[in-house]
Amino acid sequence: MVPLGQVVQLEKIEPLQGYKLRIVQEVVLALLAKQASHGYQLQARLALALGPLGGALNAGHIYVTLGRLEKADLVRARRVDQAGRPDRKVYELTAAGRERVHEWLSDTSWPKPAPAEFHLKLVAAAAAGLADPVRLIDKQRGELLVGLREAQRAALAEPAGSVAGLLLEGVVLRLQADLRWLEECARYWNAAKG
Amino acid sequence: MTVESETSVLSAQGLCKEYGKGAALVRAVQAVTLEVERGELVAVVGPSGCGKSTLLHLLGGLERPTAGSVRLGGSALERMPEAQQARIRRRDLGFVFQAFHLVDELTALENVELPALLAGASPRGARARASELLAQVGLADRASHLPSALSGGQQQRVAIARALANEPLLVLADEPTGNLDSSATTELLRLFEQLHARGQTVVVVTHDERIAATADRLISMRDGAFVDETKLAGGTARPLSAMAGLEA
Repeated sequence: MVPLGQVVQLEKIEPLQGYKLRIVQEVVLALLAKQASHGYQLQARLALALGPLGGALNAGHIYVTLGRLEKADLVRARRVDQAGRPDRKVYELTAAGRERVHEWLSDTSWPKPAPAEFHLKLVAAAAAGLADPVRLIDKQRGELLVGLREAQRAALAEPAGSVAGLLLEGVVLRLQADLRWLEECARYWNAAKG
Repeated sequence: MTVESETSVLSAQGLCKEYGKGAALVRAVQAVTLEVERGELVAVVGPSGCGKSTLLHLLGGLERPTAGSVRLGGSALERMPEAQQARIRRRDLGFVFQAFHLVDELTALENVELPALLAGASPRGARARASELLAQVGLADRASHLPSALSGGQQQRVAIARALANEPLLVLADEPTGNLDSSATTELLRLFEQLHARGQTVVVVTHDERIAATADRLISMRDGAFVDETKLAGGTARPLSAMAGLEA
């Protein structure tokens, strides 16, 4: 049992194939906060929230995650008899798990924004005369638009009121913001060329 | 010289448009060459004043080029007398504008049937087609409304239905989402995707990234000239789940 108040470093656990395990761990913990659940119930919740993006997240991920959380004393499992079917485990939060959920909910850190690297790439390319910044911007814009095309199609395919649609809308809006910033870059570097 | 392909709907060669003279000379469009295949959706993007709207006017025969030629479905626009050009414009082209340009005194249905009537369709045929088109853009229940009783997004959908009245070879759209809010833009995107799926050939001039992203091919224009071309169709993006932050 981990003493109350001790910060458990989940980030150090190996990432699960493809997915950032950290997110899955935190979400699984939070979903258990109200009531104990079976693994398959947790997986169904996540699948609904992720919609077309949930494809790579299978039940196996959830069970591996639960196993690790159990080992870290953040959840505990109880066996439940099921008539005529194999026993299933029901998972519930420990006090340390509950503490961890509160930390996660109050954590305001945000994924790192992208502009610095590309900005410095343009500055360096122009300074060294290595490449035309405007060309680099055009190429980058093409990349982002291919992404936007795909995200937008997926968003349009979601039925009205879908919770996964909200996630896709987030992808679309971030790409739009990046594309608008690229327009500003193009304006600047085009003027700089004279 | 580009050889015109068999499936080409629109072919523009060496298009130039100049305004004014001497020191006041403005080269709005410079040596633009463009081939648009049947069923293709092409977006032309660039900053305000880059000449993209002028280009669209040249492609649609709304303005005459200073030099160069435009062929629509194989016929050379500049060699035709004005009356014949106007006929081609009505029959083979559909226009969609930023400010909708609906006739204020006509209902939605009457606006949509107008191009067919002008092209000589029977009143009954024109009405049937107009009703069908309004239904396709989701406005069957707004047929008898005047434009003033419609939202901006609804007016633009009427304008798109009108552009399709004569089953045009080509739809030319100039900043179609320029006056629309975000949810009306989403409706219009849906409509653009449908048009595209049905094989309608479209050239759209826009600085809306979301409209640009519906295109098969994206052309960047600066100072009156094409400076970059990107094929979006068949391009591979990062996986959606990575874009959403689900993967490391």
